[in-house]
Amino acid sequence: MSNKHLLLPMAVLFTAALVACGKSETPAATSSSPAANSNSADELVVKIGASAPLTGPQAHIGKDNENGTRMAIEDANTKGITIGGKKARFELLSEDDQTDPKTATIVAQKLVDAKVSGIIGHLNSGTTIPASRIYSDNGIPQISPSATAVAYTAQGFKTAFRVMANDGQQGKVLGEFAAKNLGAKKIAVLDDRTAYGQGLADEFVKSAQANGAQIVAHEYTTDKAVDFTAVLTSVKGKKPDLVFFGGMDPQGAPMLKQLRSLGIDVKFMMGDGGYTPKFIENAGAAADGAYASLPGVPLEKMPGGKNFSQRYEAKFKQPIQLYAPYCYDAVNVMIAAMQKAGSVEPAKYLPELAKTEFDGVTAKIIFDEKGDLKGGAITLYQVQQGKWQPLQTMGGQTAAGSSPAAAY
Amino acid sequence: MDIFLQQILNGLVQGSVYALVALGYTMVYGILGLINFAHGEVVMVGAMVALTVSRLLLAAGLPPLLVLLIALLIAAAVCMVLGYGIERIAYRPLRNAPRLAPLITAIGVSIVLQNLAMIFWGRGYLAFPQLLPNAAHTLGGAVINDVQLIIMLVALLIMGGLMLLIHRSRLGRAMRAVAENPSAAALMGVDINRVISLTFMLGSALAAVAGIMVSANYGIVHYYMGSILGLKAFTAAVLGGIGNLRGAMLGGVLLGLIESLGAGYIGDLSGGFFGSNYQDVFAFFVLITVLIFRPSGLLGERVAERA
Repeated sequence: MSNKHLLLPMAVLFTAALVACGKSETPAATSSSPAANSNSADELVVKIGASAPLTGPQAHIGKDNENGTRMAIEDANTKGITIGGKKARFELLSEDDQTDPKTATIVAQKLVDAKVSGIIGHLNSGTTIPASRIYSDNGIPQISPSATAVAYTAQGFKTAFRVMANDGQQGKVLGEFAAKNLGAKKIAVLDDRTAYGQGLADEFVKSAQANGAQIVAHEYTTDKAVDFTAVLTSVKGKKPDLVFFGGMDPQGAPMLKQLRSLGIDVKFMMGDGGYTPKFIENAGAAADGAYASLPGVPLEKMPGGKNFSQRYEAKFKQPIQLYAPYCYDAVNVMIAAMQKAGSVEPAKYLPELAKTEFDGVTAKIIFDEKGDLKGGAITLYQVQQGKWQPLQTMGGQTAAGSSPAAAY
Repeated sequence: MDIFLQQILNGLVQGSVYALVALGYTMVYGILGLINFAHGEVVMVGAMVALTVSRLLLAAGLPPLLVLLIALLIAAAVCMVLGYGIERIAYRPLRNAPRLAPLITAIGVSIVLQNLAMIFWGRGYLAFPQLLPNAAHTLGGAVINDVQLIIMLVALLIMGGLMLLIHRSRLGRAMRAVAENPSAAALMGVDINRVISLTFMLGSALAAVAGIMVSANYGIVHYYMGSILGLKAFTAAVLGGIGNLRGAMLGGVLLGLIESLGAGYIGDLSGGFFGSNYQDVFAFFVLITVLIFRPSGLLGERVAERA
């Protein structure tokens, strides 16, 4: 698997080098060729590990993560980055954790054994948390682009970071928005019993209750289910005016569809797991009016955001699903710390990583003492005319150029 | 009351979906005594092929019902070829091997099919076009739509058709003969290989029908859809008595009802102690209880006659 993933960037770089040779016809150009083993003495090979589900129900989001990571690594190689006076060449080792906590620990050990300098991953909180112990025991810095469960950074590991607001921040904003802005009085909550879905739903419940809403039902499903008619019917009996689902889009889209076909005409809300183009595609006409949130300000409002999404689409021939920009930022934050420390040794660049101040594609990234993103603005979106449209950004410090709590 | 009625309807629809897939399992088991664990994946391939065909034809501007018919025929044909291939490659060489060997190859085949489908159709969830009418009908406060009614009808029709085929036709007699004693059947002039191949092809064509019905109901297809569906259908077949066609139907509907009533009422009945997350626990608890008292399932024949 990992060999196959390496082939593509190698091939791309090799052709790039060939083109460069052909055009400039200078012998100097060949020295940048990654395939040149002869001059490996002055070249520093940096292995970056990445893990996300590349098979199974969330494979489309996992592949999106891998694409974002790969893009950052290829960009860094094209730019030509020097670390401690040596020219660095970054290599991506991508592993499939199958959304499974057990597989995640196996994969984590595999990446540790491959002597990676850092980890970008995992995608789900349920896989990130068990894997983070292995990275921590081996002193390898880990930046998760998308794990939002509060528990991840609450374990006290010095190696654990994330470039996304946590569920404490997100659930708070979602609950407040549901109860105050949408005026929901009776709310039904569903979650998929994963570390992410359950954690987000619990934070949402706390916040919604604090803002005066009543939770009339709390039902459960799994991250592999496709039929929700039974729980939705039981929700229908409680007569809520808003349904909140803590989970990902593979369940969210059919759930919303079934909600509508059961004739339940209430507002539907999800967290970041629902904010994908696939959600709209699969829920079809039912998607209209659905709410979701995503940490950070809308991508097109960010300084490099528009450029990023255009380049992503040109490169991978598909729109960004969800976390690719966060993966891109995670890699760049890691590389920046390595550059500052002048070393790719985990022990040496880890202190620099904790001190990060980086203008990313998604936000200005500063970590707090736990490894969480400081500030952490959250934007709420609604499906309007078949597209996710930003409604407003709430809470937290946002990057320069956009004011917090600005209504779009 | 309308909520209760809705839960019953939910259970019947869900149960018919399970029954559709379970019929394919149970037919192959009834004839060959082999649990074809790749059946769920054949269902998925059927759905995927139908998706591709119907996208092409819809783009060409054909009416939805015609598109459905053509997609069904092509998907069934592809699945029959696939079923024939699976039998030739994975099961026939192991026909005289211990029972466990073809079980392992079946799991292998399902993994291979899943990954091939992932390569062909991608990792994402794909939206399945609306080919069947889905107007909603209200029935005493509960809602049911055309697609769901059609699913129940198709499941019943297929069950009836299969029973006619097996008990009234020449091929059916050959199938029963092979089921009873393959070598004796061969001595009587039954072409065993042909009968077994036909059984697999028929089962795979049923899988294609099931795949299309399931996709029409949920509106999405995914390369992973076969595994959970296959597992649930297998459970339904075992519950009803694997090898028995009426049992597959009964098991499917019962499993659907248990799941839907379990998920709907377990929370209220236990005062919130158990939630709807115990839905599957509840379903499997019923399965285990049934198997303790009737090891061969509700309508199953005594296993001692075989093997």
